[in-house]
Amino acid sequence: MRKALELTVNGESVSVMADTRDTLLDLLRDRLGLTGSKEGCGNGNCGACTVLLDGQPVNACIVFACEAEGSDVSTIEGVAAGDRLHAVQQALIELGGTQCGFCTPGIVIAARALLERNPRPTPHEIRAAIAGNLCRCTGYDKIVAAIEAAAGGYDAAPAGKR
Amino acid sequence: MSAPFDPNRNLANVSLRHVGKPLVRTDAPGKATGRTPYAGDYVMPGMLHAKVLRSPMPSARLVRLDVSKARALEGVALVLTARDLPDRLAPTDIPGQTGQTRLKTDQQILVRERVRYHGEPLALIAAESVDVAEKAMSLIDYDLEPWPGVFDPESAMRPGAPVVQGTDNIVARHAIGKGDIDAGFAAADMVVERTYRTQFIEHAFLEPEVGLAWVDENDVVNIRVSTQVIEHFRFIADAIGVPHNKVRIMGALVGGGFGGKEDITVEIYLALLAKHTGRPVRLEFTREDSFVGHGKRHPFILTYKTGVKRNGKITALDVRLVSDAGAYVFLSPYVLLYGAIAAPGPYLIENLKVDAVSVATNNMYTSAFRGFGSAQACVAYEQQMDEVAQAIGIDRLDLRRRNYLKTGEPTATGYRVPSAVWTERCADIAWQALGEKTPAKGAIRIGRGLAAYQQSYGRLTFLHDTSEAWVGVEVDGTVIVRSGVTDIGAGQASALAQIAIEVLGVNMENVVVYNSDSAVTPLAGTTTATRALYMTGNAARVAAEAVRGRLVARAAKAFGVPVDDVVLADNKVSALDRPDKAMSFADLVRLCATEGIQRSELAMFRAPFTDRLDPATGQGQAFADFTYGAHAIEVAVDTETGEVTVLKSVACHDVGQCINPAAVEGQIEGGAAQGQGYALSEEMIYREGRLMTPSLSEYLIPTAMDVPVVKSIILESRSGVGPFGAKGIGEPALTPVAPAIANAVADAIGRRIHDLPITPEKVVRALHGID
Repeated sequence: MRKALELTVNGESVSVMADTRDTLLDLLRDRLGLTGSKEGCGNGNCGACTVLLDGQPVNACIVFACEAEGSDVSTIEGVAAGDRLHAVQQALIELGGTQCGFCTPGIVIAARALLERNPRPTPHEIRAAIAGNLCRCTGYDKIVAAIEAAAGGYDAAPAGKR
Repeated sequence: MSAPFDPNRNLANVSLRHVGKPLVRTDAPGKATGRTPYAGDYVMPGMLHAKVLRSPMPSARLVRLDVSKARALEGVALVLTARDLPDRLAPTDIPGQTGQTRLKTDQQILVRERVRYHGEPLALIAAESVDVAEKAMSLIDYDLEPWPGVFDPESAMRPGAPVVQGTDNIVARHAIGKGDIDAGFAAADMVVERTYRTQFIEHAFLEPEVGLAWVDENDVVNIRVSTQVIEHFRFIADAIGVPHNKVRIMGALVGGGFGGKEDITVEIYLALLAKHTGRPVRLEFTREDSFVGHGKRHPFILTYKTGVKRNGKITALDVRLVSDAGAYVFLSPYVLLYGAIAAPGPYLIENLKVDAVSVATNNMYTSAFRGFGSAQACVAYEQQMDEVAQAIGIDRLDLRRRNYLKTGEPTATGYRVPSAVWTERCADIAWQALGEKTPAKGAIRIGRGLAAYQQSYGRLTFLHDTSEAWVGVEVDGTVIVRSGVTDIGAGQASALAQIAIEVLGVNMENVVVYNSDSAVTPLAGTTTATRALYMTGNAARVAAEAVRGRLVARAAKAFGVPVDDVVLADNKVSALDRPDKAMSFADLVRLCATEGIQRSELAMFRAPFTDRLDPATGQGQAFADFTYGAHAIEVAVDTETGEVTVLKSVACHDVGQCINPAAVEGQIEGGAAQGQGYALSEEMIYREGRLMTPSLSEYLIPTAMDVPVVKSIILESRSGVGPFGAKGIGEPALTPVAPAIANAVADAIGRRIHDLPITPEKVVRALHGID
């Protein structure tokens, strides 16, 4: 069954036709073309699809699109302000926190949410905040270091300008 | 012109500007912003969606397959079964570049009659939507009649066992014989014999297999796919019955591989569906498809019998390896060969016997996985070293010091390693770096373990491996690198950029790398076997050096100085000690362009080419070179719950020369986490061939909460055969981790668990003496 949904995505009002069986991830990727959020498992185990739903990190693959009606959704595409990257993004780039990169969008979202509620997290708090985001490449060290650096007032400059 | 460039010249005094620096990788900004398109992010107008119907049974006979209802469903474009592909087979051998004859292991694409593993494909569906394709799957009627199966390699070797492959289930054997094994044991003061077992494990790359195929106006089947090997285009063409130049593979940046995207995954299905429908087709595996749809790491049974003198000198080693190949051959013969060659580890063993056999069963087929047989061998040889040390009552590191292979000494196959062998230095440094021991407390016991290793980088030399890269300079002074190398997340493309700018004296923002397209980028071979940097890095360096040679010759003429006095750095050209002689790099390139001097070069790098090993003795050269190092671990074991916590993790590897030290550390840290999963938590459990762990909530890879901070100590001997003296680190980073953890657990609890993974249940059982 098709249904018209109204919601806010990355600060913009969106009106979109969706199937009632669509997940929020389907809505973002297939109907809105926002492919930055990734599907790694489809059942909420890996965190590659992490987005913010009314400010809370959720696995978009296990939220129905209809549940997001009237909500405010933030995805990786909305994290940087134009050329100006978020400090977490800048730190991940410069400290080698991305390898294959498939988990990275979800981790950026989870880390940003953490820093908004806890601007000076300990390494343990950082690890707890991204425990739902699986990474198979990095062993997490450089991701944790990047989030720590970002929390320490990392100077965010446009990518590639350093 | 300068002398022809020799990539293996002495590098001891070369100073580097860009290589060896932790520069921002070319792929990092796109990944951190979500802008990087992966293979699954592409769509096309009129695209169909595919699904694969799989067998729920591991051993069966397909007695009826009726797809008529599925074909009749509105929105279904095509349903393919084996009946539609009477003469089509899927090649499964290692992809070759030099025309080697492949093993006779081509297999059915879809089940014709015999089902040999849980998940084997029965039918392919292409429909207007994923929903319709799934509905069509449910409308396919089939009857499977259970067929006698065999589910462990030891049973499968017995006479009368159900036959899965060939006549006796034996898919490969390798033997190595060196010295006099009987005399070696006769000279021993003590003989220690133990059997170790490793488990099936899953790559669990975050990006499941995915691709998009279409047939273009020239009848070329184009496939954009997540793969480590774009050069499967030849096998795909053979499978669908078209010439090799009618299949083009475009690999996107890959969301993790680890060997799991070394074999063909979705490509043949996509090619068939696109060719038969004439429409673009997309196929994305679900996580469950991925778990049942690609090969696993081989479980090995490794029996080690070591003869040793009281002073710690090993006099003889007799090794028997049995690997479970699962239902189809794939890369099992090669994985077994790697295991056999690696069997003695980084030790000089003069009297050696290795008997290795790989056996087909009705378990999931097994194939490439980071470490490729060498990792399984290390699990055994490094635990065996600890058990031998304990048996004769000497220090674990002392036993190793007595026996380390040294530079120039012969390996198991009698090949004398040309590069620095710094095993002892790495092991001692890693062990020292563990620092002060964490105190035990209450039910918590503390233990330490170490594992050293020898791991090849580069393919087996009898495969005659080659790699190509093209480097060109534009008239504005920017640089382009083109190479077919696939980038699976380790920074393979970015490394080529760093190599090219080192040679040409421009900066990182002035270079772009195009990679991973079988039709338009020069063929570079596979991103497997820790070969990408070694092979393609050398090719890129040779190409860049050729371009540099022409540019420098022209500059020398312009400046009136010898070529050796021309300096290329920071986008500028200058003459040594002649501040008046300078121009921009762009001006030099423009000058060359005006005069028709070639500004690009296509280079091929060839690994050493050898014959196969002697089949009776296993002697000869198998690899170009090896990486050496060690990993040291401290664990806490809770004797009440059996839980193992890794407290400290220290790696020390000689990588020859870092191209990008941040990327090297990334490999080491990722290898440590993957090795920890291998040791403690990961197991693909098959009951009578059926997968019992089909999701990431049952198959447990380490999370950020499970792993410690890894200390990486990187040594640079500059003695490797890669660019600038680099060795490989992709696989070596993983290899010693699991045995180091196993040794630490045994040290903590005073008992050894001989089969991975070391789960809390096994620890508690061991502590209570329960078998």
